Amino acid sequence: MSMPMFTPGTDPGSNFPELLKRVGLAPASAFHGDLAVPHATTCVALRFADGVVMAGDRRATSGNLISHRGMEKVVQADQHSGVAIAGAAGPAMEMVKLFQLQLEHYEKVEGNSLSLEGKANQLGMMVRSNLPAAMQGMVVVPIFAGYDLRRANGRLFTYDVTGGRYEEHDYVATGSGMLHAGTVIKLAWRPELDRAAAIALACRSLWEAADADSATGGPDVLRGIYPVVATITAAGWTRLADVELVDVFDTITTEVRSR
Amino acid sequence: MSQPFYVSPEQVMKDRADYARKGIARGRALVAVRYDDGIALVAENPSNTLRKISEIYDRLAFAGVGKYNEFDQLRVAGVRAADLKGFQYSRDDVDARSLANNYAQILGQIFTHEMKPMEVEILVAEVGISGDLDQLFHILYDGTVVDERRYTVLGGDAEAIGARMKDTFAEGQTLGAAVQEATKALSGPDRTLSATELEVAVLSRSNGRRCFRRLNDAAVAEALAG
Repeated sequence: MSMPMFTPGTDPGSNFPELLKRVGLAPASAFHGDLAVPHATTCVALRFADGVVMAGDRRATSGNLISHRGMEKVVQADQHSGVAIAGAAGPAMEMVKLFQLQLEHYEKVEGNSLSLEGKANQLGMMVRSNLPAAMQGMVVVPIFAGYDLRRANGRLFTYDVTGGRYEEHDYVATGSGMLHAGTVIKLAWRPELDRAAAIALACRSLWEAADADSATGGPDVLRGIYPVVATITAAGWTRLADVELVDVFDTITTEVRSR
Repeated sequence: MSQPFYVSPEQVMKDRADYARKGIARGRALVAVRYDDGIALVAENPSNTLRKISEIYDRLAFAGVGKYNEFDQLRVAGVRAADLKGFQYSRDDVDARSLANNYAQILGQIFTHEMKPMEVEILVAEVGISGDLDQLFHILYDGTVVDERRYTVLGGDAEAIGARMKDTFAEGQTLGAAVQEATKALSGPDRTLSATELEVAVLSRSNGRRCFRRLNDAAVAEALAG
């Protein structure tokens, strides 16, 4: 690979997708035909006192089949933000990979991170540019969550297929189990939730979604596969270890059994 | 019609090299030195925003001395080349040697074909999985690449600074010792440099995926105090 050099007027600046276009590496965005591809399902995010909690189940489905049991739909975008994806798994993973690269590329070229608002807008543009593929059924709808260092609070953003960006104040759910998961959070959410309570609530919402929606996977105790749960606070992104989640789901199962 | 004077190629090259060397010698110097956990980069730089040292990729850092706009252009080109290569292949395939060769091509091309050579010296540093895999590539204004093992000095007065480094360098030293040693080599015996006059960054093996980390003034002062 030779080194890309540009004259001042044609320089793509800190825009990585634009750079990919200039060097002819931009991923194809339109597909033709009706493809059956794996779909990723339920993800939630909610605010709590110190920031946000994000959680997503691990199942990807192809029609009525489980195509993947260990998919990670909640991923770190950079030090202070994360993305959760629902929809066609392939394009979604590609979008997340490009988004992560764009944030890091910007940070290195400019010497500063983008503001949280800037990151949210950037992701919106990527969702928008996926519209031709979405028309063919490759819909990708992410949740973006992060800790805004300038405002010193956690923030949540959700998107529609056209790249429309909506900021949510309390919680957000996406994917096939969104109705169930969202309702569980809606009933118990309080602004002053602490970290443990917020994690427990996110796990409970996924549990109820898995209980009622066939495309959402519950905790897989046999294989030791648990949902991906992460917190983002002023200190940055932290993914919870499975051992911590074992306790959370033990509490949920005990409670359900005692009804 | 006026006839251009004949100038021998030797003279052209010599003039260009002198021009570039003069530009570089005007700026302040920079030292990169290995320590037990990676590579420390120490530059004399009173500015807190116009950086001489920066991150290129997970294990790669860039440093430049000379004309700011010229080495900054090279820095951005390096970030782009590295990010593109990592995107196209894998993060593990981005290495210092190929990047240094790319830089050498560009600098060599500009030196021989353009009116004005670039007045820069640059460094591409890569921190290895273990200390014996650390690499320092020092690239000169004419595209000459020098592969250094223990430390390297860029910029004006490099010979005197290099001689001081040679006397004090110790294999397996701590970060504090490396920063002190580099600062003393940069300042010389007749003056002292404080934390605010220095720009310090490290490529540290224990820093996770992205090894690059800047040291703020407080951390530099602490390292200098030992």
